[in-house]
Amino acid sequence: MITFILNGKEVQGQEGEYLLQVAERYGVEIPTLCHHKALEPAGMCRLCTVEMHYGGRVRYVTACNYPIWEGMEIKTDTRTVHEGRKLIVELLLARCPDVPMLQELSKKYGIKAPRFKTEDDTCILCGLCTRICERMGNSAITLTGRGLDMKVDTPFHIQTDACIACGACAMVCPTGHITKEKIQAHVSKHELIPIPSEYDMGLVGRKPIYVPYAQAVPNTPVIDRDRCVHFKTGGCKICTEFCGVNAIDHMQKDEIVELDVGSIIIAPGTQAFDPAVHDTFGYTKNPNIVTSLEFERILSASGPYGGHLVRPSDGKEPEKIAWLQCIGSRDEHLGAQGYCSGVCCTYAIKEAMLAKEHSKGDLDTAVFYIDMRTHGKDFERYYNRAKDEMGVRFIKSKITNVTPNDKAGMQVIRYVDESGRRIDEEFDIVVLSVGLMATKEGTELAQRLGVDLDHYNFARTSSFEPVESSMPGIYVCGAFEAPKDIPASVIDSSAAAGMAGSKLAESRWSLTQTKETPDEIDVRGESPRIGVFVCRCGTNIAGFLGVPEVVEYAKTLPNVFYVEDNLFSCSQDTQEKITQVIKEQKLNRVVVAACTPRTHEPLFQETVLNAGINKYLFEMANIRNQCSWVHTKEREAATEKAKDLVRMAVSKVGLLEPLYDPEIEMNPSALVIGGGLAGITAVNNLAQQGYFTYLIEKSDVLGGQALNLYETWQGEDVQKKLAGIIKEAESDKNINILTNTQIKEVSGFVGNFQTTVETMGKEQVIEHGVAIIATGAQEFKPDQYLYGEDPLILTGLELNRKFIDDNLSLNEIHTAAFIQCVGSRIKERPYCSKVCCTHSVKNALKLKQLKPEMDVFIIYRDMRTYGLREDLYREARAKGIAFIHYDFSKELTVSKNQNGLNVRCTSYVLQREVEIRPDLLVLATPIVPPRENPVASLFKVPVNEDGFFVEAHVKLQPLEFATKGVFVCGLAHSPKPVDEAITQGLGAASRAATLLSQKKVLGNAIISSINTQFCRGCQKCMAVCPYQAINFLKDRGICEVNPAVCTGCGSCAVACPTGAADIFHFDDQEVLTMVKAAFN
Amino acid sequence: MSEEFNPKIITFACNWCAYSAADLAGVSRLQYPPNMRIIRVMCSGRVNPNFILEAFNLGADGVLVAG
Repeated sequence: MITFILNGKEVQGQEGEYLLQVAERYGVEIPTLCHHKALEPAGMCRLCTVEMHYGGRVRYVTACNYPIWEGMEIKTDTRTVHEGRKLIVELLLARCPDVPMLQELSKKYGIKAPRFKTEDDTCILCGLCTRICERMGNSAITLTGRGLDMKVDTPFHIQTDACIACGACAMVCPTGHITKEKIQAHVSKHELIPIPSEYDMGLVGRKPIYVPYAQAVPNTPVIDRDRCVHFKTGGCKICTEFCGVNAIDHMQKDEIVELDVGSIIIAPGTQAFDPAVHDTFGYTKNPNIVTSLEFERILSASGPYGGHLVRPSDGKEPEKIAWLQCIGSRDEHLGAQGYCSGVCCTYAIKEAMLAKEHSKGDLDTAVFYIDMRTHGKDFERYYNRAKDEMGVRFIKSKITNVTPNDKAGMQVIRYVDESGRRIDEEFDIVVLSVGLMATKEGTELAQRLGVDLDHYNFARTSSFEPVESSMPGIYVCGAFEAPKDIPASVIDSSAAAGMAGSKLAESRWSLTQTKETPDEIDVRGESPRIGVFVCRCGTNIAGFLGVPEVVEYAKTLPNVFYVEDNLFSCSQDTQEKITQVIKEQKLNRVVVAACTPRTHEPLFQETVLNAGINKYLFEMANIRNQCSWVHTKEREAATEKAKDLVRMAVSKVGLLEPLYDPEIEMNPSALVIGGGLAGITAVNNLAQQGYFTYLIEKSDVLGGQALNLYETWQGEDVQKKLAGIIKEAESDKNINILTNTQIKEVSGFVGNFQTTVETMGKEQVIEHGVAIIATGAQEFKPDQYLYGEDPLILTGLELNRKFIDDNLSLNEIHTAAFIQCVGSRIKERPYCSKVCCTHSVKNALKLKQLKPEMDVFIIYRDMRTYGLREDLYREARAKGIAFIHYDFSKELTVSKNQNGLNVRCTSYVLQREVEIRPDLLVLATPIVPPRENPVASLFKVPVNEDGFFVEAHVKLQPLEFATKGVFVCGLAHSPKPVDEAITQGLGAASRAATLLSQKKVLGNAIISSINTQFCRGCQKCMAVCPYQAINFLKDRGICEVNPAVCTGCGSCAVACPTGAADIFHFDDQEVLTMVKAAFN
Repeated sequence: MSEEFNPKIITFACNWCAYSAADLAGVSRLQYPPNMRIIRVMCSGRVNPNFILEAFNLGADGVLVAG
């Protein structure tokens, strides 16, 4: 250890260290130009010159390359040192008067203009470039010539192979003398290729060491071996010197890890169609033609433009954007895919609406489509909103090319409008709505595992085994099976887990590890130390209110000791950071000002728990859903409101007390309500997973709507398969089937439900831990188009029944017509029933098969044969079935005279009325839920405007309710075909098993309690309690709360005349303080 | 009155319905005036009349109990 004096203070350094290194460690700033931490110092620029005193002598030395020694004394900031540096800068400025960095430095030293003759160089000969080039293992450039002729150059001034165009010299050059363009023109023979960022879809570049994206798990940087210079030349390794924890190991090799498993789930995903392959739209040449995924990045707050909607070519705010649908989908040309990708219509609508929100001006958006396929749950409403409320234009026209208008950066789209006019319209940005397709990696994996693929390279599955691959024990989920959206993929994954779980029931818990959470810190008695974390949520919050102002304001609030803002508070890296901050700052209460506690409270509670803080010492201020999103045009007022909300949360969090969730015993049996396909599937899976399950069905038979189905779209015999599934349920000892049974009453809670059921007048109580609602829905019986007045006007299911019974009088039928959307996608029923288009096409094909000479017409609004079902639609057209797209704004009539039936409508394509005289008329009617839904009110779970059950979260909890322990599947959730109902049945069973497999579950800590000292036994609380959670203890003359039944509604606290009853976490003081804080 | 009347409104919203509805209003980007402050309670039944009186006492122009 060497001790010396630095600016009058005693400092220490290691033998061999340079002066600059020690000074840096002690926070003494010494200016440098030619220094780089990872390179051997050269003392070229002399700017780091300092004064050294020893034995009465003074010397001037360069700090960067002067080794320290015992007893010396250094002064870094004397007048002489300053004057010396000033002269150096003045000389450098004279040599390079136009270099901004030197101009800036001169200003700092008070130099207005150099006194010396100026030159026009830009290089200060610091030698950083040549040293780094050597370090990169290349030595392609060096300092050539002597004296005045010295310069940085390649040997003999010729372009060289030795330069690999890594760009390191340009990166370290302090003056900007070396540029990428110069490297390309004068130095390297290799091409300088920027590394495109995969996450930002190549819209921007990335480094060879990078974090794939902000929310990546694990959130650690990776080294791209294909791009890293070290792996090319053996040089560099500069990163190792910058890494403070020595985490970088260039010798790391791929490891092969062997795992013994009982089943495999493969989910290799999908990729977007690449429009560059056969570039018919000029996508590769025109930066203003982007794919939908690129557009997602353009809109994203963490994207290349920080969430500002701009035109890529010139950064101009676009005024008009077009979306072209079915790019690479529903297309049999080379490279494209014949199927419908199923997701693009809805995402294009979403992008158009988001773009409108992002745009400062009045953005015009147009979606060019073949059929709008918004067949998912609630998607039709979304489409209507885009069209009717947001003013997104929808134009039915398949666009085949885009012509750039070079001068203005615009793109011209030519199309034919409704009235048949040809129109040329210009757009700033054209978004190609690219479809989904199988990946090369997924295909190779499938081949390695022996999993069969279909003709599109998706995993081959059947409608009745929707997540089972051709290889026993291997399950598939997500878009590897067929193109599908997020909710469907999430449901698929639960189903695959359920299938794997049923096969591995015996080995459950055998490899489990318990998660360790730190011991809770006892903060009782401590005064509050509150931390406030304000989320920007990308631009969702920060775009509409002043986050920095909210942060500054929060710092002024009482008991607030720490405030910061985060880009995304819910991202894993931020979570870890918050945990760290809580520990470092010794915070004992936390407020997160972000989105809603309804979705994110549990996540942040876990974050504080990880820091050893009780999870109830936490409060959220809802500044997104209830502030930034609802006051998007009132920035100032929204900022003030956000401040108020933070103040209210801070005032409450200071009063909160630690609470503990009670543990509840889990009854490991399930109740499934509804014996349709989804219900029976759920029951079978639960039984196979080892849980006793009750199945109740209100009718006298199992099977539900599937009893009326003839074939699936893939051609499987529904009756045969259904019989097999029912038989499986009937023969399983773990299943108790109760038909002719209705629910009378439901009480209890997760783990301990008691449901009273009535079977033919006899009541019994079933005790169960979880419940799955699979109560189904049915086909709507139309009240129009002469339904019921002619034996050959049928609904789709009635026609199926005739196929099943084989009693269709084919001899009389020469012409058949199907009318789609009878009673659906209308004002009274503004949803799409998803199955009817495919069902009609399938039925039409069956008719053609039975009687090839029959004329078959399908009259439709949008053909929604989504996903791989598109093949069926194509087959139907090939077999001569006529599809008539009719103008819905004009009337469609069905009449009857002595010659038979007469259907009249206006063809959209022909723009004139057409008339069909069918002998058989099939009305494709919607799937409707029951009018009265006692199960919903008994289980206290919500239904939507259409009468279908509402899941807790469309994407994250698609089969669960907010009420713990209650799940939903099948038609009760929304209209869906056989395969999706089965997937949901499996998925719901799988989700239920996550609870059933636990011996205990955690209950709710936010409940009422009655203070025995103040209770005088008036029982007013009992009268108002809706859950019968309060008992009167006769012997003591007081009331008591049953914590397992109490839901924490707090009615008792209001009714109590003495203040004995109160509710944890929402007590009088905790609510009142928020009221007070609301008024500042 | 020369200044425009800008009422201050306190809302007590039930966690399970009205509060969720207010969240949904956000998701749907429905716009409403920024002069309301929402206080989450576990049920509208938890709203003690005293809370409402206190709000008025402190200067609220309106109190909404939604549940």
